[in-house]
Amino acid sequence: MSSNDVLGRGTGGDLRLAGLTKRFGSFTAVDHLDLTIPQGSFFALLGASGCGKTTTLRMVSGLEAPSEGRIFLGDDDVTERKPHRRPVNTVFQNYALFPHLDVYENVAFGLRRRGIKDVKQQVADMLDLVELGHLARRRPSQLSGGQQQRIALARALINQPQVLLLDEPLGALDLKLRRQMQIELKRIQTEVGLTFVHVTHDQEEAMTMADTIAVMNSGRIEQMGSPADLYENPGTTFVANFLGQSNLIPGTVEGVRGDVVTVTAHGQRLTLPADRCRTDTGAVILGVRPEKVRLAPAGSALPPGVNALAGGVVSDASFIGVSTQYLVRLPSGEELAVFEQNTGCEIQRPGTEVVVHWDPSQSFGLDGSQDIEAGADLDEESAA
Amino acid sequence: MSVSLQAPPAKSPVPQPPPAARRAGLLTPWILLLPGLLWLVVFFLVPILTSVGASVQTGNADQGYRLTWDWGNYGHGLSDYLPQYGHSLLYSVLCTVFCLLLGYPVAYCIAFRGGRFKSLLMALVVVPSFTSFLIRTIAWKTILSDNGPIVSVLNDLHVLNATTAMGWTVGNHVLASPAAVVFGMVYNFLPFMILPLYTSLEKIDPRLHEAGSDLYCDTFATWRRVTLPLSMPGVVGGTLLTFIPAVGDYINAQLLGNPNTGVVGQKIEDLFLRQTDGYPVGSAISVVLMAGTLILVLLYIRKAGTEDLI
Ligand SMILES: Nc1ncnc2c1ncn2[C@@H]1O[C@H](COP(=O)(O)OP(=O)(O)O)[C@@H](O)[C@H]1O
Ligand SMILES: [Mg+2]
Repeated sequence: MSSNDVLGRGTGGDLRLAGLTKRFGSFTAVDHLDLTIPQGSFFALLGASGCGKTTTLRMVSGLEAPSEGRIFLGDDDVTERKPHRRPVNTVFQNYALFPHLDVYENVAFGLRRRGIKDVKQQVADMLDLVELGHLARRRPSQLSGGQQQRIALARALINQPQVLLLDEPLGALDLKLRRQMQIELKRIQTEVGLTFVHVTHDQEEAMTMADTIAVMNSGRIEQMGSPADLYENPGTTFVANFLGQSNLIPGTVEGVRGDVVTVTAHGQRLTLPADRCRTDTGAVILGVRPEKVRLAPAGSALPPGVNALAGGVVSDASFIGVSTQYLVRLPSGEELAVFEQNTGCEIQRPGTEVVVHWDPSQSFGLDGSQDIEAGADLDEESAA
Repeated sequence: MSVSLQAPPAKSPVPQPPPAARRAGLLTPWILLLPGLLWLVVFFLVPILTSVGASVQTGNADQGYRLTWDWGNYGHGLSDYLPQYGHSLLYSVLCTVFCLLLGYPVAYCIAFRGGRFKSLLMALVVVPSFTSFLIRTIAWKTILSDNGPIVSVLNDLHVLNATTAMGWTVGNHVLASPAAVVFGMVYNFLPFMILPLYTSLEKIDPRLHEAGSDLYCDTFATWRRVTLPLSMPGVVGGTLLTFIPAVGDYINAQLLGNPNTGVVGQKIEDLFLRQTDGYPVGSAISVVLMAGTLILVLLYIRKAGTEDLI
């Protein structure tokens, strides 16, 4: 029997979670997760600390038994399978390298366990892939954080798992190394073509690396899609605030005509495309990203058909080179963020009266019954 | 910037303490070591030299002992007490092996499954030691006595027939047999095995077990490939802490053995306390016991430093 049969490999296919739930006592850490992760994709599970990302990964790897739900790899139900019999490997949050083995033996570990005799070439190739061939005889304790991270990756990758699980693998690295490793990881994933499930609380990391992002909140998937899709069309205030920054303005739907929704907010009429608005009656939250908003001096002529909010006063302006970031206080007391590209136009000083305006097609509408602040402070926390 | 106001660090001379202070600084480690060194000299070096000296004397308690450099005491000691040396070695090796086999699972379970009861469970391991060694061993005499429950059960199961046939028990009794001696030693020295094992197992990150099972190890393979190698310091420490006192032990042989289970310790005690001319030979056999133990331990540690043991 070949080792591939032992692991039930061969059918290949997508990783599918169906109604996956994990309860610790009365606390539900993962709540009815339904997900399909296509084979060969780079999938990011994004969420604030404590939202159940690690628990989800542990159920996929078999280290935690689900309270409910099933896990499928291709057509195989692997829910009941022991971790050592799943064609899944993990890069652990703390790496968990074996301290009594050198780098070479750490990387060879999985191959040896599966009874593969000729490991030398494979280990050498894998160490080359992560560019650490020269450290093969070092112990993990003699390596830097970034090197340990790459060894942990090599130790998992060498087994050619059907799914590679990465639990915040870059969390312990400093910013520069993290950016470097993000590119590296993406390159390796493209090269080997395996399914990567990458857990992170860093939205920028998820956006730069993943084909598909699932935003997780309190054990549930809040929204799933491509990075651009999530950014442009957030479905909830949580996603709008957690992924990048959003200006969210509470209002009321006045009516829908054709593919245009009309909303009143702060006594002014605003419009947005119907296909980007998730409600067609009652309370709505109108959102627009700061870089889509423009400033104009008070009283100046605006292009026809724009959404405009008058009577604002610049309360803060920070010039950061490529752009200037403004805070504009509206008469209602609400503050809007505006990022203006540095295209040579004049910087508005704090205290200046301005009109903020934007193209209606750049706005999105969310269900008005949500907490408008959801996810906002979490983002700051995880960015810190 | 405040840095520019200071002299460049390279040019500022490192302040040197005055010579007297420097000398005191060099002396400090020696002063701190002094009590320990004195202790070793008075209670270790002097007794050993005295023993070696006594082992080459001639005489008896009435007429006094004279230093005659009579190395013959070693020859007599060794040839007269060879069976006792054999017993000491056999029983202490068996005791160490059984302690390891019994102690490892206990230490493993407490370390990895003990949860919040870890400290309590470890306390339970050492609590019996609060009662005197002697009293606990005498208690076993009652428990293992012919009309005690253990003997009747073993008899009913015909276990004693088998062990008697192998020479480990005598007749239908458990007491006064080699088995009882080894049993008593295992009982008494088990905590010395469990404590260092627990300490090294407890240090192992349980996430390494998860990494093992993620990399195709079942429970046994994880233990064999990950836990055991990482717990080797505890295995070496525990076996030494068990073996060294077990080799010199004579209380268990005295209380639970019979005339045919004599160990070196018993003979040393006999020669020193009950014979009128026993000092020279008694010293000689204890010097041989010490030297022999030392050599075995050194050989073992040399092996333990390599990968040979696992
Ligand atoms: N073994 C456990 N027992 C009880 N609660 C747990 C356990 N593991 C995780 N939790 C809880 O489940 C929640 C999700 O944890 P986790 O999946 O580790 O979050 P994340 O990886 O997203 O930070 C947390 O609130 C955590 O306290
Ligand atoms: Mg986590």
